[in-house]
Amino acid sequence: MLLAMKIKAAITAAVLASPIALTVAPVAHPVDSAITEIAAKPFQYRLAGDFSRDGKPAPAPLREALLAASIKIMNRQVTAGEYARCADDGRCPKIPQASAMAERPMVGVSWRDATAYAEWMTNKTGVLHRLPTDEEWVFAAGQKVRDEALPLVDPVDPAQAWIARYEAEANRARPGALDPQPVGAFGRNENGLLDVGGNIWEWTNSCFLRMTLEPTGAARVTNTNCGVRVVQGAHRTYMTDFIRDPRTGGCAAGAPPANLGFRLVVEDKNWPALQRMIVATFTPG
Amino acid sequence: MITRRIALLGVAVAALVVAVPALAADDLNLPRQAVALVAPPFVHPHEQATKEGPKIIEFKLVITEKEVVIDEAGTKFQAMTFNGSMPGPLMVVHEGDYVEVTLVNPETNAMPHNIDFHAATGALGGGALTHVNPGEQVVLRWKATRTGTFIYHCAPEGMIPWHVVSGMHGTVMVLPRDGLKNREGKALRYDRLYYVGENDLYVPKDEKGKYKSYETVGESFADTTEVMRKLIPTHVVFNGKVGALTGKNAMTSKVGETVMIVHSQANRDSRPHLIGGHGDYVWETGKFVNPPEKDLETWFIRGGSAGAALYTFRQPGIYAYVNHNLIEAVELGATAHFKVEGKWNNDLMKQVQPPGPILPGKSSAADAVVKTR
Repeated sequence: MLLAMKIKAAITAAVLASPIALTVAPVAHPVDSAITEIAAKPFQYRLAGDFSRDGKPAPAPLREALLAASIKIMNRQVTAGEYARCADDGRCPKIPQASAMAERPMVGVSWRDATAYAEWMTNKTGVLHRLPTDEEWVFAAGQKVRDEALPLVDPVDPAQAWIARYEAEANRARPGALDPQPVGAFGRNENGLLDVGGNIWEWTNSCFLRMTLEPTGAARVTNTNCGVRVVQGAHRTYMTDFIRDPRTGGCAAGAPPANLGFRLVVEDKNWPALQRMIVATFTPG
Repeated sequence: MITRRIALLGVAVAALVVAVPALAADDLNLPRQAVALVAPPFVHPHEQATKEGPKIIEFKLVITEKEVVIDEAGTKFQAMTFNGSMPGPLMVVHEGDYVEVTLVNPETNAMPHNIDFHAATGALGGGALTHVNPGEQVVLRWKATRTGTFIYHCAPEGMIPWHVVSGMHGTVMVLPRDGLKNREGKALRYDRLYYVGENDLYVPKDEKGKYKSYETVGESFADTTEVMRKLIPTHVVFNGKVGALTGKNAMTSKVGETVMIVHSQANRDSRPHLIGGHGDYVWETGKFVNPPEKDLETWFIRGGSAGAALYTFRQPGIYAYVNHNLIEAVELGATAHFKVEGKWNNDLMKQVQPPGPILPGKSSAADAVVKTR
């Protein structure tokens, strides 16, 4: 089931109708900011992180997954203009972008910037906004997910895997343009999401995990590093949370994401409460 | 004293000489060899040691002014080049050879150019004898009297640094006739040679901080000079572009193979370093009459010079070859990669324990210190 609703319309309604102190500004969205709801259904999910079995590197397991509930996710990435309003409010770090790019996706943001924006949106709307988890992102990205199986590092001869990975990375198609493109330039997936896997990679909330695979097949976490988050796009990668420009060079050989941006998930559980509140204020007492 | 009339007469005579085959005017009774140059990081085929006597080695350099892209963001740059590449091609000769260069400045160019060979003696390295306007060519011959790697670059009056940092530089390598040797006089050979030419670039930005692009080389001059005078490059690149020697263009080798890396920087100091490897034999100043230094970790290339390093790969994998001012390597672009095939040597390196939880009570260096107290 696909249910789209205009959050802007809903918020404006709340402001007009509600005497309660919701600090909502009537935000003029320059572009369609629809949230798409995708009903939960089983999907294939390759676990993120670093896996080993019996002390040796192991491939990340591919699991049948099912989200606990439907997911409400922005069908496009947050734009530079939207981010700028958070920065103008003093709640997001100011990041210079060409003004002509206001209606294009915001790039050059760290996980921290994206999280600050989500918190600002939550405060503005009273509805919990947050980055998706990696599982949620993969589910929503649907057919756009590229399950890239990079060769495993053999401890006896690690160089072979490095060379194979290097070649795989070098052969990845590089986006033709590096600058952010107009919303929708990279197409729409079967869930209605725009620009998945285009020239912008998206932050997720998932931390980098090191896991040991037990004989039972269970994955046991041996180390959690939330200073590094999963980044999703044309390929999955991991980035330190304060990185805004995913460049590489020097010791780090490989092809990094072109740009870092984000889209947000709206938490299901607060939404009905707000709706009830709106309904309540409309009901004559 | 040469009067203007005699000088003009000279021009007339020169014109007559051109009418007959140019080589007829040759006063050297030596064999000639024409060499087709190859774009860096590669080099034309050559002997490392030769049993033959000195020759006149003929090279042709065609100056090309053109727009190039210097980074992945697509930043456009008005370049001036020898044979279309930044750096220009590496020319290899032997001591005692005569280098005869035909310098062509096609009519399609806008600027006068010339060439100064650091390996040559006299006339500002040939710069004073090689001024060519668009639509002209000149032939210069000089004797290779010293061995080593030497810069060549364009040096037009008043605009020397601008031409050099716009791409007009390259290297001549003069090998000893009997080849390279170590300190003990033992012959040193290489299986392949790569030429890495480093270039600091100074690209002007607009008021919004975006790199500016220009229609022609000339239009970029004033703004570029202003950036140059602050001495802070916007890019430091190998072979003309960020990533010119990485990914699909990474340099390749195999375990057991000896690679010669010639590294030039015509304008500014650099400090090459092979991450995960070494310099087995390094002529840091590039001059082969001086014995090579051994086992270097990083070597210094003085601005305006070229150096040479020999390394035999002992371990497969991906190596980064960088300017070990790592800010320049990572932020500004001075990074190349080697992709080396072969079999891993566990004796040289082994991951004894993969990353995992810190185990209490296990012996470690830190524990050992505690025990000694």
